[in-house]
Amino acid sequence: MDAELLYASAGFILFVLGIWSLLLHRLLIRKLIALNIMGSGVFHLLIATAEHHGEPADPVPHALVLTGIVVAVSATALALSFGRALRGDGDD
Amino acid sequence: MRNSLEPKPQRSAALLVVVLLILLAGLLQWVYFTHAATAPGAGLTALAQAELPRSGVTNPVTAVLLNYRALDTLLELSVLLTAMLGIWSLGPATPGYQQAGAVFAGLAAWVVPLLILSGGYLLWIGAKAPGGAFQAGALLAAAGVIQRLGGDPRASLPNESAQRWLAIAGIGIFALVGLATLVAGRGFLDYPLAWAGWLILLIETFATLTIATLLTAAYVGGQPPPSQTTATPGMHRMQAPDRKA
Repeated sequence: MDAELLYASAGFILFVLGIWSLLLHRLLIRKLIALNIMGSGVFHLLIATAEHHGEPADPVPHALVLTGIVVAVSATALALSFGRALRGDGDD
Repeated sequence: MRNSLEPKPQRSAALLVVVLLILLAGLLQWVYFTHAATAPGAGLTALAQAELPRSGVTNPVTAVLLNYRALDTLLELSVLLTAMLGIWSLGPATPGYQQAGAVFAGLAAWVVPLLILSGGYLLWIGAKAPGGAFQAGALLAAAGVIQRLGGDPRASLPNESAQRWLAIAGIGIFALVGLATLVAGRGFLDYPLAWAGWLILLIETFATLTIATLLTAAYVGGQPPPSQTTATPGMHRMQAPDRKA
């Protein structure tokens, strides 16, 4: 139960920190990092909801997080490519 | 970078955002903890455990990914493919980094085989313990990233047409298995019990290759450079320091 609360609280804090950075920074790469931090917060929350007081953990949120991580990585890569194409120089 | 040129938001706007976000955090915490205190059941845990003997694997997460909700996983692989097609459509990849020095090359010669070995282990153990196609694919992709950082412009991936085949292999096998179960008169991706474990391993093997290819290609960040500009493939180059060690 305590670990569950810790994970959920950390998830909310990460999510809110991510929104803060997303709103107040103008560089695309900072916004992308912020979105990834928000995603990490959501993953923390999903892992927290999988716990149920000593019973075996619910596997469905675990599976969602597992695929979500990989999808988040590739979506970030696509967004970075868009950013590079928008800047038009393509040197990084 | 241009960090120093980044315009600063107005101080009052920034303060307002911070106050609203603190309120939002409080609201989220309150909703979650009142819900957690009064949550009735244990979600789908009991159902997932009860059906586990009929799923072909003994790890419930793998059972969810490859059996109960296999269609979701198939579509997630398609999302990865779509992302890579988007990256490729934006133009060629950057040429990559200069050839690594002896220290990094020696490190890669140790780490890359270990990553491949660990990936294979995770793929196999996924049937009964935490592991599976996504973890194994991520490890293989990490090996590709190391090769790219070490100066291989294609990150040890094969040529472009082979990359295209690898990128669709997992999705193709997944869909073919689904069609086969349809033809056999069962539901889409509704495996017969006797074959379920092997079908899941088959799908996971090709899904691992596809995930690794797609993630590595995403890191390369563009259509692969044509083969004549490619240096010697990374794996052969990395053999030399290994023998010396």
